[in-house]
Amino acid sequence: MVEFALPKNSKISGGKTWPKPAGATETREFRVYRWNPDDGKNPSVDTYYVDTHDCGPMVLDGLIWIKNHIDPTLTFRRSCREGVCGSCAMNIDGQNTLACTKSMHDVGAGGAVKVNPLPHQPVVKDLVPDLTNFYAQYASIEPWLKTTTPTPQKEWRQSHEDREKLDGLYECILCACCSTSCPSYWWNSERFLGPAALLQATRWVTDSRDEATGERLDNLEDPFRLYRCHTIMNCAKACPKGLNPSEAIAELKFKMVERQI
Amino acid sequence: MSGPSSMRTPLERVRGLGSAHTGTGDFWRQRLTAVAMTLLIVPVIVVVIMLIGRNHAGAAQILGSIPIAIILLLFIVASTWHMKIGMQVVFEDYIHNEKLKIACVMANNFFCVAVALASIYAILKLSSGV
Repeated sequence: MVEFALPKNSKISGGKTWPKPAGATETREFRVYRWNPDDGKNPSVDTYYVDTHDCGPMVLDGLIWIKNHIDPTLTFRRSCREGVCGSCAMNIDGQNTLACTKSMHDVGAGGAVKVNPLPHQPVVKDLVPDLTNFYAQYASIEPWLKTTTPTPQKEWRQSHEDREKLDGLYECILCACCSTSCPSYWWNSERFLGPAALLQATRWVTDSRDEATGERLDNLEDPFRLYRCHTIMNCAKACPKGLNPSEAIAELKFKMVERQI
Repeated sequence: MSGPSSMRTPLERVRGLGSAHTGTGDFWRQRLTAVAMTLLIVPVIVVVIMLIGRNHAGAAQILGSIPIAIILLLFIVASTWHMKIGMQVVFEDYIHNEKLKIACVMANNFFCVAVALASIYAILKLSSGV
């Protein structure tokens, strides 16, 4: 059966409260999930106080400030700090989003900023989830142009109308906020491809230049790979890029019906 | 990753046994039966209200009408089919033990077919005035 409770070794217990920074006139409380694979202990939630006058406005700025000034062992992924790379996806105040584009003023109603790793994924350390399965699912949809026609001398041509059909699909940065917010993905992530991979699949199924549309649909037509999506729409709520994976999946289902009826 | 599957590559695990190439049929029928029930629910409620307080002979007289009997039969087929697909989805979502899942899906099929046939038999019996 589905497990509704955390396994014993994932239960959160205790946590350290770090002293407020000396001389800070205004601070913001951060409660951050900590887990170290090397010490054999259960995860904990540490409390930090960030000097908001010495720090940028985003949650990621706060985390970097903590790492630089209080606790260099705090581990998280980050790279572009402008919502393009998708590295700093985490659960902030109960919502999966990018730490770099989430202002700390918009969360916690002035109280603590609660930061956890993306839900229901194995944790590598602290805020770093193991996304191996997520990336393998992306690879399984074969996200590249597939053609049989010999490659033209110049580019593969596409009309403006057909190019517009990729809007709302190509912008996905694979941050995993959507898939890890989906209850159906939590229960069946080993078989359900999840909203991110399915949105990417829609991107290639929709591409007018791709010649493997039917083969792609064949590969997706499965009670678990595609039809575990029950249009819960947590994915659309979570997407930090404002995309709607649920709509993209509905498009796939429509195409499945269209080719049968 | 741990356990006996840990030496398999992530892509091998994701591909698993491959696509079943099914699911669209159930997806379509679930919507088809939902629309059918939406259309049938008002006439069915009217028939049920008409049946309130009637004895066996009165019920047999009402169900003797061919349109009424057909409306009820259509509703039974649509609703039990919808029930079967919906319940199977719940089992597939939440039960991860393969043997238990197969047993539940099988029991669900038996139950839904039995409910459908019993209901159809009852309607036909009353409708034919036996």
